[in-house]
Amino acid sequence: MVETLTKSRFGIGTNAPRPDGTAKVSGEFSFSSDLWAENMLWGATLRSPHPHARIISIDTSAALGLSGVEAVITAKDVPGQLTYGLISADQPVFADSVVRYMGEPVAAVAADHPETCRRALDLIEVVYEALPVLSDPEGALDPTVAAIHPDGNLIRHQRIVSGDPDVTGDVVVEDTYVIGMQDQAFLGTESALALPDSDGAGVVMHVATQWLHEDQKQIAACLGLAPERVRLQLGGVGGAFGAREDISLQVHTALLALATRRPIKMQYGRHESFFGHVHRHPATVWMRHHADTSGVIQKIEARFLFDGGAYASTSSAVLINGVTHAQGPYKCDNAVVDGYAVRTNNPPCGAMRGFGVVQACFAHESQMDKIAQALHLDPVEVRLRNAMQQGDRLITGQVIESVAPVQRLIEETRQIPLPPEASPHPDPLSLPGGSGLASEARHVRRGIGWGVSIKNIMYSEGFDDYATARCTLKDGKASLKFATSEVGQGFVTIAQQIARTVLGVDDVDLEAIDTDIGSAGSTSASRQTWMSGGAVDGACRLVRERLFQIVGQQHNVDPLRLVIEEDEIVDPLGAFRVSVREATRDLVITEEFEHHHRPTEDLDENGQGNCHVAFAFVAHRAVVDVDPELGLVKVVQIATTQDVGRALNPLSVLGQIEGGIAQGLGLAVMEEIIVKDGRVLNPSFTDYLLPTTLDAPEVVARLVEEPDPQAPLGAKGVGEPPCISVTPAIVAAIRDAIGRDIPRCPVRPQDICL
Amino acid sequence: MSNEHYSLHINGTDHQVQDAWIGESLLYVLRERLGLPGAKGACEQGECGSCTVYLDGQPVCSCLVMAASVTECQIATVEGLRPDGGLTDVQESFLSEGAVQCGFCTPGLVMAVHHLLDTNPSPTELEVKEAISGNICRCTGYGRIFAAVEAVVVQRGNR
Ligand code: FES
Ligand code: FES
Repeated sequence: MVETLTKSRFGIGTNAPRPDGTAKVSGEFSFSSDLWAENMLWGATLRSPHPHARIISIDTSAALGLSGVEAVITAKDVPGQLTYGLISADQPVFADSVVRYMGEPVAAVAADHPETCRRALDLIEVVYEALPVLSDPEGALDPTVAAIHPDGNLIRHQRIVSGDPDVTGDVVVEDTYVIGMQDQAFLGTESALALPDSDGAGVVMHVATQWLHEDQKQIAACLGLAPERVRLQLGGVGGAFGAREDISLQVHTALLALATRRPIKMQYGRHESFFGHVHRHPATVWMRHHADTSGVIQKIEARFLFDGGAYASTSSAVLINGVTHAQGPYKCDNAVVDGYAVRTNNPPCGAMRGFGVVQACFAHESQMDKIAQALHLDPVEVRLRNAMQQGDRLITGQVIESVAPVQRLIEETRQIPLPPEASPHPDPLSLPGGSGLASEARHVRRGIGWGVSIKNIMYSEGFDDYATARCTLKDGKASLKFATSEVGQGFVTIAQQIARTVLGVDDVDLEAIDTDIGSAGSTSASRQTWMSGGAVDGACRLVRERLFQIVGQQHNVDPLRLVIEEDEIVDPLGAFRVSVREATRDLVITEEFEHHHRPTEDLDENGQGNCHVAFAFVAHRAVVDVDPELGLVKVVQIATTQDVGRALNPLSVLGQIEGGIAQGLGLAVMEEIIVKDGRVLNPSFTDYLLPTTLDAPEVVARLVEEPDPQAPLGAKGVGEPPCISVTPAIVAAIRDAIGRDIPRCPVRPQDICL
Repeated sequence: MSNEHYSLHINGTDHQVQDAWIGESLLYVLRERLGLPGAKGACEQGECGSCTVYLDGQPVCSCLVMAASVTECQIATVEGLRPDGGLTDVQESFLSEGAVQCGFCTPGLVMAVHHLLDTNPSPTELEVKEAISGNICRCTGYGRIFAAVEAVVVQRGNR
């Protein structure tokens, strides 16, 4: 039940300011890369130049002999488990006998200066014998191709068969879509500071991560230590977007600290960062839609192939997200879907904002336009005719039990005014190509495209997912403790808002974010507002209950009649009223709460099962200008309406929407890690292009607030949906502008003009 | 590595740099030697603007400047924007308009926006975009940053 909460100052529903805001604008906020310790050494990693090779020998003696070098470590120095991984521990801490991707760690050094580290890395002699590179994901499915890993080349296969697989439609459209490898490109690169315990049998780590407790578990296993000997503190996080869910430099930093008995700071540069974390899975998706003559979908057939790269990471979850979202936000009774996640010698791929669903959405939205085209229907009309509603059954058999305002999202987006027509004499800076000043206004054509999506939020497939929080109320002040990673999304802000509203206080202190409390789970899958928000809300409510009991006893009022109004405890049926500050004088109440979401199930061999917790929906309309001569695109406007349940902090929600749209725009027209024969060709911000201010479109955003009764605060996660259907909307707008089929993203100049 | 001694004029104060390797960037020296970590490094290639400081009043990417080459310059960093401990109007506006998420780009952007508004007090929308296009923000999509700039222009009575 969602109750109406009173709006206290900067409580729920307000644009409360960020508690870390002043520190962030003034340069005083400590990111993990800003940390420093007395007597500290620098750590650095040696990486494989080969995508696939046998290691014949490693000679570290010259590096060890360099003045300033304190330690050089390799696989043989790992005291515990030799491998780690989020879902399966298949990735070596350091490559031992074989390297499986370009950039795989082989050794690490600790030295007095980053430059000494670089020189030491140069002095480590590794003799490799190159092996054939498996770079084609289709090849990974070929049983005659040798396995590149003891776990085999197939990471996971999942099939979904629903309804009648033999149904056909009056109209059949199909295509094969390609989605490129995107990088999360958070600005604050990987960094950590490890401080060894004085007895050398434990370590404290300050690290920028999405999930402290999962890191703790994996690091401790590799160090051969009990988890409590590895204590993690969240170092300031400069963005995440999925790339910090996997371990990167954590184990290496800790090993060097234990080996040297000195604090170690490790930080990747941008080039290394491209090799140091997983990316968005490139995918090839074949889809065939059957529709009747009015455009209503009769059946979907699809085949997904996700390239997981050398190690599994979250590939299996990405695969499940892909196949279970093949239908998009549309009704569909009959489906046959096959999906594969495979291992190759390409860079490992894992979580990135919208994982798996981004790839599915690009395909299903392109297909919706094909149905519309085949039947000469408006792209909006075909979407409205198929729009999913509450109570509909997914192709997995799961029923959408909660709010699903798909039609409303589309309708409201359609009502957003289009941008003014392009001016005949525009500022050249506003044309496609921007400051390159290459386009001429007379060549430029405008197009409009649509994208609509459904995204599962929180973890799926039977995972017992929970978040923990503790609340202490003392002298009219609350303090909160949780291990929730604040990565920029603003959880710290809404945690304070929740406490203010539930407890009627203004001051809410936030204690250090570390492993001294139970897990909060990962800051991913749009789950923290629901999960950690639910935990904070639960803890605050327990405190409030005890407070009401104490106050009731003291003043002879039935505690069940008490409520919080603004900053007072009030009996609405009587005259009793006391301020929270007054009531909590000399009182300390502490409560801890674990929020679990409802259980989910695994899928069976036909892909049937209630595998997801909840869903969020969004619609996007894109307007673009294209110069077909030069292949250049300018995204002019994105109109969007998002199903948010309830906006706990509308300004933060808008920030998530605009930020997600920029990332989706990047995938649509510019962002791609280019990999050839297992080699990354563009690992820098010079060659991997990110949207700048000049690429930013006008964004007109509306929110649909229909509180989700299953969500602790009525609020759905808002982080992922904005970046999902904006990509197909932009690509559809490009197709509309030039009248050409483009089955891939990002769209490159050659896709437009050659 | 050779040991160098030189001094830098930063935010109106002389700072001695001792035993430094001559190849160190200004960004490294500020952050790792002088305890001024406000400038951030995100690309070390002059592409992201996180490391923006002023050299004699001009914004530069401190990752591209050798520290030992700017001993004659007046260097200003984000730490020097608020000598009285308060926030500047640009900083206040970044907060009230929601322009800060992870905050990694923020110090560089604050420096870039101050410079823009000092040299062009009422920039057009395109002029704003052009002026700060060298500052990448991965979180916000820039909408709230534009709003923050506009709010300062209005507050300063220039629109
Ligand atoms: S770190 Fe200097 S421009 Fe990116
Ligand atoms: S706020 Fe994170 S990069 Fe700008």
